[in-house]
Amino acid sequence: MLARAWAGTWPKVLAVAIVLLVWQIAIWTEFRPPWALASPADTFADLGRSLGDERFWLAVGITMQRAVLGFVLAAGVGLLLGLAVARVKVLRAALGSMITALQTMPSIAWFPLAVLLFGLTENAIMFVVILGATPSVANGVIAGVDYVPPLLLRAGRNIGAKGISLYRHVIAPASLPAIVAGLKQGWAFSWRSLMAGELLVGVANRPSVGTRLTVFRDLNDSAGLIATMIVILVIGLLVDVAFGSADQAIRRRWGITE
Amino acid sequence: MISIRNVSRTYGHGPGAVTALDRLSLEIEPGEFVCVVGASGCGKSTLLSLIAGLDTPTGGEITAGRNPALMFQEPALFPWLTVEKNVGLPLKLRKVPRAEREAKVAELLATVNLLEFARKRPHELSGGMRQRVALARTLALDSPVLLMDEPFGALDAMTRDLLHDELERIVQQRGLTVLFVTHNVREAARLGDRIVLLSSRPGRLKWQGRVDIPRPRRIDSPEVSSLAAEITDRLRDEVASHAR
Repeated sequence: MLARAWAGTWPKVLAVAIVLLVWQIAIWTEFRPPWALASPADTFADLGRSLGDERFWLAVGITMQRAVLGFVLAAGVGLLLGLAVARVKVLRAALGSMITALQTMPSIAWFPLAVLLFGLTENAIMFVVILGATPSVANGVIAGVDYVPPLLLRAGRNIGAKGISLYRHVIAPASLPAIVAGLKQGWAFSWRSLMAGELLVGVANRPSVGTRLTVFRDLNDSAGLIATMIVILVIGLLVDVAFGSADQAIRRRWGITE
Repeated sequence: MISIRNVSRTYGHGPGAVTALDRLSLEIEPGEFVCVVGASGCGKSTLLSLIAGLDTPTGGEITAGRNPALMFQEPALFPWLTVEKNVGLPLKLRKVPRAEREAKVAELLATVNLLEFARKRPHELSGGMRQRVALARTLALDSPVLLMDEPFGALDAMTRDLLHDELERIVQQRGLTVLFVTHNVREAARLGDRIVLLSSRPGRLKWQGRVDIPRPRRIDSPEVSSLAAEITDRLRDEVASHAR
């Protein structure tokens, strides 16, 4: 058991060690002055201090609040939009390709307009986070509904499912894997949009992870800056792991996994 | 019980149109077990879809009573549901109360000898077991008519043999009317009270005859074998006339 866990872990540990080593070598060669590129030791010391600092947790709290709220709203809008487009032919013709076009639009390009529309406010950030994540979720739903095996639909109809009950008992569960994939991608988009938003739109008296990045750059505090980047990376990874285990659970239930 | 009068089904329009069924007429008595045999492309599956109401004929008329139950070559089970929930879904959709539903599911699973697998998921079962779950789910519809589209076509011979016995027993116990589509002539001779031969492209009634071999039958009995040989000859004529 322990040996197997180690077999899965050591490549990751090694990869992290190599990154740290390359970083440390860059420090040893004095490639950049310490205010521009802090050493791993200084960075992790800074990170350790941050973890005991309530301002750090306030900033992380505000960022996570935005991330969760934005993602939940985007998921809701995306689910409804996806279902509507998958179901209604006219909507598909009208919006199908537009959703994909919206997805290719880098969300950071929305911020200037968002600022004009909403000012330097929470709403500006939410607007772009929702715009960033909704198309992925909607596309996941559309793909899920489109690729329900026709045989399952026939079987479902024959055993008496029609209209809403066909959606509830056949189409929705059959599209679940694609929907989860859409949600996962939607999360990645909303997290990126949020970071861009927090860098560009500093809301007064609302410290956040993004504003910390701005402040550390202004103070030439590269240790704090890199420590904050590590925090962003870790949060992203943790959420990814959560989606990954949801996906795994579905696969196990369905017997798709090996 | 099932009445098919002059039924046609054409797919597409103009010169590219394909006629799957051409003015087919067939009467099936209550409690009768009819096997439909034909080469591929004879519209066998189309016929079942039409009777089940999943497709509409382009001509003619079908009456088949309330909601005929349909079973496919693949089990078509819902992978997200356990065996018992798969079997219980038709009951749930009919709003049968939970307690009654559970009793009914247990009875159906006992009928197909799968009671101890109630909590398993479809992927944990063998092909034959999955097809038995599908049969139980089909029976849960409580329909007097059972439409079967090559239901044992993907199974090995041993499993198929066992399922023939099981199906025969269930059909007799419940007095079901069965329309069983197959390309396996021996299977038709083993199971049917009557055998119907369809020609292919377009599907037309080619020949039909009663099977007078007394039950219980064995698939390897001389009577079944010689009937199968006779039908195979008729089928071969049909296929050859198309190859020419």
